Amino acid sequence: MQGGATGLAFRGRTASIGFAHGPFVRVNAGASGERVAGSLVEEALALRSAIDVASGQIADLAAIAGGEAAQILEFQVALLDDEDFIEAIFASIGEGSPADVAWRSALDEQIADYNSAEDEYLKARSSDLADLRDRVVTILRGGEGQVLKIPSGAVVCADDLPPSRFLEIDWSGGGGLALLRGSPTSHVAMLARARGIPMVVQIGTITEVAAEVGPMALLDGEGATLELDPSAEQLRLFEKRRETHRKSRASARAILQRPTASWRGERIKLFINIQRVEDLEHADAQYADGIGLMRTEFLLAERGGLPDEETQFQAYDAVLRWADRRPVTIRTFDAGGDKPVPGFTQDGEANPFLGVRGLRLCLARPEIFAIQLRALARAAVRGNLKVMFPMVTSADELEAGRKLFADVVQRLQADGIAAMLPELGIMVEVPAAALAVTSFRAAFFSIGSNDLAQYVLACDRSNGALAPLMDPLHPAVLELIARTAEHGRRAGISVSLCGDMAGDPRCLPALLNCGLRELSVNSSALAQIKQTIDRLSSGGGLG
Amino acid sequence: MLDKADGQIFTGNVRLVHAVGMHARPAVKLTKLAKKFQAQISVRVAGATDWINAKSVAKIMAMRAAHGSTIEIKASGSDAEAAVAALVNLITTDFPDEVS
Repeated sequence: MQGGATGLAFRGRTASIGFAHGPFVRVNAGASGERVAGSLVEEALALRSAIDVASGQIADLAAIAGGEAAQILEFQVALLDDEDFIEAIFASIGEGSPADVAWRSALDEQIADYNSAEDEYLKARSSDLADLRDRVVTILRGGEGQVLKIPSGAVVCADDLPPSRFLEIDWSGGGGLALLRGSPTSHVAMLARARGIPMVVQIGTITEVAAEVGPMALLDGEGATLELDPSAEQLRLFEKRRETHRKSRASARAILQRPTASWRGERIKLFINIQRVEDLEHADAQYADGIGLMRTEFLLAERGGLPDEETQFQAYDAVLRWADRRPVTIRTFDAGGDKPVPGFTQDGEANPFLGVRGLRLCLARPEIFAIQLRALARAAVRGNLKVMFPMVTSADELEAGRKLFADVVQRLQADGIAAMLPELGIMVEVPAAALAVTSFRAAFFSIGSNDLAQYVLACDRSNGALAPLMDPLHPAVLELIARTAEHGRRAGISVSLCGDMAGDPRCLPALLNCGLRELSVNSSALAQIKQTIDRLSSGGGLG
Repeated sequence: MLDKADGQIFTGNVRLVHAVGMHARPAVKLTKLAKKFQAQISVRVAGATDWINAKSVAKIMAMRAAHGSTIEIKASGSDAEAAVAALVNLITTDFPDEVS
């Protein structure tokens, strides 16, 4: 924080990227003023009427907001419709409690109950209950129908803001949200991202500067800064950052929003690689044709040992829900090699890259593998799931994996649990698999160019001294890629490439000439790769 | 089961397959569906002592039914049989978005 002539600057955490320059409006979260309680009958009537008003307000908000926001609000409406719950509050009024006190203590009890839960999901619901509690209390205190008066384009600052309050603000003229507390994973942050409203959270405390006058504020969602009463220099720098952001977004968006990439009249499908579920929050991820590689090793890195079926299922299900109908290829655990996992991988291998890793390790530890397969089999009924095995050498390994998977599905179904066997494919990264690609009964192939190059060139990819030799464009590597692509084309089997080569513009001409028409890259490389394909397609160079 | 005094009581058992257990969205769907029936409908997690009103979202949430638990349902009243069947179906089909 810095003060004086330069204005005040505060830093928080990014919840939604974007820039806002507008009047600073401090919203006081705590409702003020006490009610004067009436007779028992008056209090009961006051609460009944406040509940009706609140119910109507929330229903209106839900109707306007639609989608996910409406579902968040539906729970609040259901609670107001819950006769058992409401009756207990009226009983307390009958015993002499004022309406607002009775209401508040009933809600506080629920909130405390949810907060005491182990379950993060239930804890998160408690903010929805606090939202409902405050709405009804505000109405009871005569603030009925009082919508926050926020000038258009304002930078709204609050300690925290419940979802319904966010939805009441008219964001059509832009503006931004600065929260002293809050969280990037809250419902409000989700709503802000969906609407493109910049939002910074966890700012801590701010020095109140002439709050009633309403100074100008600059909110930078990218740098997570809030500047109050800025100097000319601060404003100039802010506008410069905003312009840079606008330009880079505009060019990337323009490219990504264009129809699908094509090269010589053939469609090129572009997928994304993700390491963990949060990678889907990247702004460009939505433009992908699907997920070409979801790595699952992050699940093994969680504290508390190997992940249970439910943890895994929830991660897979979240990705499938995000993808909607688009394909999602999940790779089973690829541990071993340079990725040791305590309690799973084998210690003391002289040459771990040529050791028990990938599918080899999973087949050697069926009790661990079966848990992942169960989670995948359950997830398979929820979307367009494909599953691939890493580090496959022979067709027998694929069949052994398929057998385990099929047994798991059968057991789940026998227990009445929805499950199915998804499409099964393999990573092509062992040279033997590339050379004998026709021997595999796979639904698809995905070339792992990093390991393939390492094994074909006999170069440890982490050994810097070998960097000049470690060339993925070596004719031997390209030969194996071309053979795999050719087999796919003849047999009508999809072949993609998900290694670093796919995200390297210099490798693109070679990959396209090898016959590849599906590539999977990190979200951050999506725009550049699409732009490169467009240039190559129109006869241009790499630019 | 036949109870001479109160008319017929219908019961059902169903396993909760929903990934996160009986949370807000499933609880809202369950109570909404239960309210479409005249019948008095109660539920509980198998093994629990108390029956819970299936039309109360607060109580259904408080039940904290976890993924994989078995839900017992009982109903009495004119449309009790249909009510049990509808709730069993809702839970078996994992709370689809269109219930009607």
